[in-house]
Amino acid sequence: MIDISTNIASLKLENPTILASGILDETAGSMISILENGAAAVVTKSIGLKPRKGYPNPTIIELEYGILNAMGLPNPGIKEYREEIIEVKRNGGIIIGSIFGSTPEEFISLAEKMESYGVNALELNLSCPHASGYGLEVGQDRKLVKTIVEEVKNSVHIPVFAKISSNLSDISSIAKAIIDGDADGIVAINTVKAMTIDLELQKPILSNKIGGYSGRAIKPIGVRCVYEITEEYSIPVIGVGGIVSGEDALEYIMAGASAVEIGSGIYYRGVDIFKKICREIESWMELHNYRNIKDLIGVAH
Amino acid sequence: MVTTIQEVYLENKDTKTFLFRYPVKIKPGQFFMIWIPDVDEIPLSCSYIDDTIKGITFRRIGDATKKLFELEIGDKIGVRGPYGNGFNIEDGKILFIGGGTGIITLTPAVEEARNKGIDTTVIIGVKTEEELIFEERLKETGSKIYITTDDGSKGYKGFASDLAYKLLSREKFSSIITCGPELMMKKIMDIRNDIPMQASLERYMKCGIGLCGHCVIGKGLRVCIDGPVFNHQKLEHIKDFGLYRRDASGRKIFFK
Ligand SMILES: Cc1cc2nc3c(=O)[nH]c(=O)nc-3n(C[C@H](O)[C@H](O)[C@H](O)COP(=O)(O)OP(=O)(O)OC[C@H]3O[C@@H](n4cnc5c(N)ncnc54)[C@H](O)[C@@H]3O)c2cc1C
Ligand SMILES: Cc1cc2nc3c(=O)[nH]c(=O)nc-3n(C[C@H](O)[C@H](O)[C@H](O)COP(=O)(O)O)c2cc1C
Ligand code: FES
Repeated sequence: MIDISTNIASLKLENPTILASGILDETAGSMISILENGAAAVVTKSIGLKPRKGYPNPTIIELEYGILNAMGLPNPGIKEYREEIIEVKRNGGIIIGSIFGSTPEEFISLAEKMESYGVNALELNLSCPHASGYGLEVGQDRKLVKTIVEEVKNSVHIPVFAKISSNLSDISSIAKAIIDGDADGIVAINTVKAMTIDLELQKPILSNKIGGYSGRAIKPIGVRCVYEITEEYSIPVIGVGGIVSGEDALEYIMAGASAVEIGSGIYYRGVDIFKKICREIESWMELHNYRNIKDLIGVAH
Repeated sequence: MVTTIQEVYLENKDTKTFLFRYPVKIKPGQFFMIWIPDVDEIPLSCSYIDDTIKGITFRRIGDATKKLFELEIGDKIGVRGPYGNGFNIEDGKILFIGGGTGIITLTPAVEEARNKGIDTTVIIGVKTEEELIFEERLKETGSKIYITTDDGSKGYKGFASDLAYKLLSREKFSSIITCGPELMMKKIMDIRNDIPMQASLERYMKCGIGLCGHCVIGKGLRVCIDGPVFNHQKLEHIKDFGLYRRDASGRKIFFK
């Protein structure tokens, strides 16, 4: 028997694949379908206090080597999103609530509500690269990051993960701030700041002009971030960015990730990518005589 | 891809058709994401299908369609796609029911059915006579055409679904294909008498490629990829069908 179950802090997962935030997690039906397609857990889209329409379209573009998006954190607001979470919980899935805010107070209020709706863990979005006043703009301020993590930790009992960006000049000091705030894990990485211009119209395509790059192209960036964090610190890390195959997932795991999140990969391989990746991990392990995936975490160091 | 508008036709006072070069294979019922620079990007069905030339036909109702309405021959628009599954057109005797702009999506399907020699009947339902579009084009296909208007200004006075009910009770059809207001399509589901049915649905779309999750209905069905056309077996299990859609933020908006 090959064991691909894993843990991040107190969260037990039957396999290392998790749905990344912002992809197919608008509705309960969508998240339940992803769980049925093999994901061990799902992360909700990033939810704020009030409804937000997000930016006007175009908000997403398929590029040759990846996907560029600037959705602008659209969400129905925490109160209305409650019923989606409750329905996923009723179906028995593991759900991680992603939240965004600009102050510690906003984060606390969202975290407490998420916990009361029944989420199994929290993911703090400190890394969205294209939302003014949120995400990365909060996530590059070391002091603020530590305060947010600390205060959220003090107000809930579930595990708290912080999701960070690769667009940080000093990833180590932000990781330290997160650890000092007593987070239970780090999620790396969010999309990479990027832009694309249409030659005919001579202007950026995204309505927000700047967006975040995801998919195949960013895998080496994510792997590097996971490696850097786990080289220096011993906090559990969830790897995200450009995972499309079992080999990609294993690369993150060898870099030090205890689990992985998958988003854009769905575009390349369909909603059953989670099952496919698990099967690919198992056959790689079988071929290389590994029985327990935990033996592979961080072996590249 | 950015393309240049080559021909413009006024279909009625609020509806225009643009033709442009877009040499890809397309099935009736598939749609494009049309980028109106500096304004928005919206889903529009492919309304004309030729090997190299494609068309869109749209009614002005809000910011994006109003701006699109102002564009002229030589102006540029962005086109992504085609997206979605399209209709399945099988032999037999097909009843097409289009409500409002829904007829735009259906017309290329009627043309394809006629090219295959299929017996076709079309109900064009509009509020009032001046909103009619594609009447001539549909007549040219040799289909049997019925027009309904809510106010009785032309054809049968009443809803398209009322006339459909009458036709279904006196004629035998092998399938129904419909596009229009969701409550109309829901009504047709209820009166279809076990006749196989396909309906083309509309939901708020952002990505069009099955990632953002905005268009999801039922148990994880993405209207942009798994739809926009769903058959009656699928529709029976979609609890939001005819009940609610979602706005740009994801909040539910109930149909009334
Ligand atoms: C698959 C599909 C095919 C369509 N085909 C046609 C067609 O051939 N001809 C036609 O006239 N209309 C069609 N529509 C409807 C068309 O997309 C809307 O009329 C248009 O988006 C309105 O934009 P607006 O800014 O002018 O109006 P707004 O005032 O912004 O909105 C008016 C209505 O359009 C809806 N809408 C706005 N943006 C979007 C979006 N990105 N995705 C979906 N709905 C939106 C809104 O929810 C609202 O109900 C189609 C819709 C879908 C989903
Ligand atoms: C359409 C889209 C929406 C996203 N929305 C969010 C979001 O709301 N919150 C968040 O933390 N990350 C968001 N992300 C980032 C992803 O969760 C993930 O970190 C990133 O896409 C890299 O992984 P991938 O290459 O597997 O997609 C989004 C990504 C995409 C493509
Ligand atoms: S429009 Fe994004 S999933 Fe359908």
